Amino acid sequence: MFIITCPYCGDRDQLEFSCGGEAHIERPKQPTELSDDQWAEYLFMRKNIKGIQFERWNHSHGCRKWFNMVRDTSNDKIHATYKMGEKPPIK
Amino acid sequence: MKNKYSIFSLIKNAFSGHENWQRAWRDPEPKKEYDAIIIGGGGHGLATAYYLAKKHNITNIAVLEKGWIGGGNTGRNTTIIRSNYLWDASAALYDHALKIWEQLSQELNYNVMFSQRGVMNLAHNLQDVRDLKRRTHANRLNGIDAVWLDTEKVKKFCPIINTSPKIRYPVLGGTLQRRAGTARHDAVAWGYARGADEMGVDIIQNCEVKGIKRNGDQIDGVETSKGFIKTKKVGVVAAGHSSVIANMAGIKLPLESKPLQALVSEPVKPIIDTVVMSNAVHAYVSQSDKGELVIGAGTDDYVSYTQKGSHNIAEGTLKAILELYPIFSRMKMLRQWGGIVDICPDASPIISKTQIKGLYFNCGWGTGGFKATPGSGDLFAHTIANDEPHKLNEAFNINRFASGDLVDEHGAAAVAH
Repeated sequence: MFIITCPYCGDRDQLEFSCGGEAHIERPKQPTELSDDQWAEYLFMRKNIKGIQFERWNHSHGCRKWFNMVRDTSNDKIHATYKMGEKPPIK
Repeated sequence: MKNKYSIFSLIKNAFSGHENWQRAWRDPEPKKEYDAIIIGGGGHGLATAYYLAKKHNITNIAVLEKGWIGGGNTGRNTTIIRSNYLWDASAALYDHALKIWEQLSQELNYNVMFSQRGVMNLAHNLQDVRDLKRRTHANRLNGIDAVWLDTEKVKKFCPIINTSPKIRYPVLGGTLQRRAGTARHDAVAWGYARGADEMGVDIIQNCEVKGIKRNGDQIDGVETSKGFIKTKKVGVVAAGHSSVIANMAGIKLPLESKPLQALVSEPVKPIIDTVVMSNAVHAYVSQSDKGELVIGAGTDDYVSYTQKGSHNIAEGTLKAILELYPIFSRMKMLRQWGGIVDICPDASPIISKTQIKGLYFNCGWGTGGFKATPGSGDLFAHTIANDEPHKLNEAFNINRFASGDLVDEHGAAAVAH
């Protein structure tokens, strides 16, 4: 890591960013109809992948915008960053 | 029967130049089938196998270890042992472990160098003071020794701490658990390995688990780098890699794996005879028997399986150490490393059955699993042998994330996450 490419600001020091955990977890559309197990799944259960993982990051000491990142957690190599709402560039 | 370690065996072996010591555990090839398989040859896994054999008479067990035993978090932690947790369930859990620690060297006939030198937790702001006093009261109601020390008493107990009111985060007091302390981390793994091996447990190193085979909702065996091994019961004690194994079995855990790092300095003469921890500024320090300062830093705030840890995290901790202990300003750090810790949302562990019959998980110990090693092994062995939790680990089941009965120990976990 060390350098992270913010989709809005470009290359910046890693220390300017904070990680918001696994990306593409959708908020339930009908929260009132969820069972306890489904809530647990949404709130707590994580893939926690060793390898390529999709994550949310925030440029907290910069533009303060959220974006997504594709990162290999086994070696901390960043494969891509992309804006919220965009499709991941890598499957 | 293995040779018993004693002063006599030490003298006897001294005469032959210490070349005739028996090996402490065998190096077997895996059998085709076992009654139970433990994945992960760290302290917790080896303790689980030991208590399965000793208390539950299940001796046809294999402990599968990807690398060498005790080479993961067992060999990477800062060896602190304490039981001053806030909630009843955790206090009972960690104190169960502490009570076993007090007898462990005798029980294993292996010196784990358990040293009850006390652990002091410092308060640096008003909220710290309130929280730590509350925890002291809670501990005492649970029969766990704890005392509140004001700043003067902190200084008296550990004179090298800078208690000047002028520092950025002044010391406003602290709690002390005198029964707490440290142990030799490698010895814990080796002692349990030797004990388990003696009762017939196969400890298989360099054997990586590649897959979990299920027959419907029942465990059928594990696929390993040394071939397929059949079994009806699998206990997973894989710490930071728990989610990797869970993925193989097709289930999800509420864990995030992050690097937690530690450092040791060059060895010096005895200077600090206790363990001092400080949550608010994130600095904790003790001195090993070799004389090195053992310093614990924080976790990185993103998932990673690299056993390194970021430079800025260590830097932050060392800044705090220098402000609290100006006497260490010229110390040289010798080594720095990271371990992958599996963190639960409530900073409490999971010792539990799963929805798959015969698959058990002991994970989520996060940044503070070493202290619980003997108790964790004992309770996990009970859970596997009886297919039911012991009353001490009932609260630490995986269903608590659906029921909402979380055991929030972020305050007592010491490492902020």
